Amino acid sequence: MDRVSVGIAAFLAVSAAVATAAYAQQKDAAQEGIEAYREALQDGNPAELFELSGEELWKTPAGPKKASLEKCDLGLGPGVVKGAYAQLPRYFADTDRVQDLESRLLTCMETLQGKDPKPYVEASFTAPPKEEMIALAAYISGQSKDDPITVKPKHPKEQAMYDLGKRMFYYQGGPYDFACATCHGQEGTRIRLQDLPYIPGQKGAAAGWGSWPAYRVSSGQMWSMQWRLNDCFRQQRFPEPVYTSDATIALSMYMAANASGETMKTPGIKR
Amino acid sequence: MKHAMKHAAFLAVLLLAGPALSETKVAPSWGPGADDAAFTRMLAASFKDKGIAKVDRLTQDETQAFCSDPEAAASPAAAERRRQIEAANMATVKWPSDGKWLGDWKEGEKIAQSGRGNTWTDKPGEPNGGNCYNCHQLSPTEISYGTIGPSLLQYGALRGRDEETMKAAWAKIYNAKSANACSNMPRAGHMGILGETQIKHLMALLFDPNSPVNSKSGPAQ
Repeated sequence: MDRVSVGIAAFLAVSAAVATAAYAQQKDAAQEGIEAYREALQDGNPAELFELSGEELWKTPAGPKKASLEKCDLGLGPGVVKGAYAQLPRYFADTDRVQDLESRLLTCMETLQGKDPKPYVEASFTAPPKEEMIALAAYISGQSKDDPITVKPKHPKEQAMYDLGKRMFYYQGGPYDFACATCHGQEGTRIRLQDLPYIPGQKGAAAGWGSWPAYRVSSGQMWSMQWRLNDCFRQQRFPEPVYTSDATIALSMYMAANASGETMKTPGIKR
Repeated sequence: MKHAMKHAAFLAVLLLAGPALSETKVAPSWGPGADDAAFTRMLAASFKDKGIAKVDRLTQDETQAFCSDPEAAASPAAAERRRQIEAANMATVKWPSDGKWLGDWKEGEKIAQSGRGNTWTDKPGEPNGGNCYNCHQLSPTEISYGTIGPSLLQYGALRGRDEETMKAAWAKIYNAKSANACSNMPRAGHMGILGETQIKHLMALLFDPNSPVNSKSGPAQ
């Protein structure tokens, strides 16, 4: 943990230096500072701690059936974890659904371990059931690090999910008329000093999709993609998306397919 | 409920805007075979009430529905429809009740800084922020600003303070869709995000000669 604190201190120092930097250089300096910090943590991303506990959860028998998740099929066959995250979301014949990682994990917990998915769906993101999901997501995503994102909707349900995701992306609602596209539908814009990835494009989609789950330095939390989307909808002033609901999977499919061909950088690290 | 009623009133305004409305209806052009029912089912099953953010926020008014297909909304064929939507939004604008445009720019700066309000973690009854710096450059000393909207540096200094200019700025803040049907800017007055006094403070931030927005010492763009 020492390395983490030193890293955070270094990050704060960089931020403080940036705050006094000349106005015109502000954006670039902030960006470089964050990138330098990410670089410095290359082999010390606190997400590693979550990967380790996720691996333990994956391999330890649990639930009424006292089974581990090691026979879970994430799309590449039972038990294959390496590279699986880079090819999600995808269609699964056994559930007849398009699933992202977290909804697929719930399926495996139910079928292999005999667990009731409901408490996992309903728990808040900081409660123990979600901590399990996030640790598992960290572990599994780490097994796709540096793999090419390969999500090419072929099955009719995958294509339908992509179209639903695209519509969701542009769907305006709520008191502020916001859609995902309000912030992520233009190239090169930012909110405050935060750069906004342009999700309809390949590079932007990869920036948005390919680095989650991620460790967030500012909050000291590990966030899964489902948590990331949940907070987007909060800021959009929408009602709360149900955990692993189709709207979240559709958006994930839209992002992942747009990002296809780019590189997975999971688990990521964010400021 | 208040929100729903506002939508109902707004729809009525749209319907009165002219018989051409129903004839020029732009289909939700997500390609032939777009499955609207599937999308509606997905929305209904995917969201739940949380705090002040209820699922009725997913019910679109005509402006939101029109702008949710950006390609169709921006097409030349939809030009007339855009004008109708702008006119209907303009008709919602309530002008200052006492005829005074400007409040206190210092209060305006606080409102512009605040991004609070209307999320499921916000409490009912607390005043909302304006979210202005999220998207606009305003005071030259505030370097943390967004770029989704244009820079507003020197707003009043460049435009002057005649009645017409004030009116345009007020309408833009009160209901941004009155000038541009699918503007990214929230309709602060129309949607009840900001009250009349808050809008006056923001107007002062834009127009008061002593406001930092109009200061001469700002860094060059």
